Amino acid sequence: MTVKVLYFASLREAFGVAEEALVLPPGVTTPAGLRDHIVARGEPWAQLGRTKNLRCAVNQAMAGFDAALGPGDEVAFFPPVTGG
Amino acid sequence: MPVSVQEADFDVGAEIEALGARTDNAGAVASFVGLVRGGEILAMTLEHYPGMTEKALAEIVVEARRRWQLLGVRVIHRVGRLSPGERIVFVAVSSSHRHDAFAACEFIMDYLKTQAPFWKREDTVAGGRWVDARESDDAALARWRGGA
Repeated sequence: MTVKVLYFASLREAFGVAEEALVLPPGVTTPAGLRDHIVARGEPWAQLGRTKNLRCAVNQAMAGFDAALGPGDEVAFFPPVTGG
Repeated sequence: MPVSVQEADFDVGAEIEALGARTDNAGAVASFVGLVRGGEILAMTLEHYPGMTEKALAEIVVEARRRWQLLGVRVIHRVGRLSPGERIVFVAVSSSHRHDAFAACEFIMDYLKTQAPFWKREDTVAGGRWVDARESDDAALARWRGGA
């Protein structure tokens, strides 16, 4: 299945990419699996695995890394938020 | 709309007046204005997640209304590049009694700080840096989760 992946703040800056479409290999069904899949591409993507307290959202709502992903889902990775 | 994400500044007096507190029998209005702190910072740039940001703020308002008896609620968060002294965020709440207004205003800010997808990047004389999340903000949130 294909998902849309978004990166924000320090991750977006490090990758030089704000969003991409990714075709997930069989077995990648959660944000945790997706993160590991991206980290396996090497630098700079490995930073995703080193980000302290990495957060994720699925379809624009905060989600756990064990959430079930479906075709067309929008998955966002970002560091802890610092608004206000 | 009770929630706005915008680059433009806002008029605090006009926003409080627009809550309608004087015509809907409210007895209290509590408001909060967050500013860009001065000091080493030359400017601050706020990034957000368009789409999710508005949903997260709307959910925070719904949760505040569930917990307290509120009449009007207004939340404005600015994005883009801001200078020291500029307003970043505004929350105003009207209610029949001051306790609900004070509590809901603080609750909305504590939730916003940890749940709404905004990120601050500071420009200093030494260069730019992304602001780290503060554990004290998580502690402020935990207080509401434990108490209600």
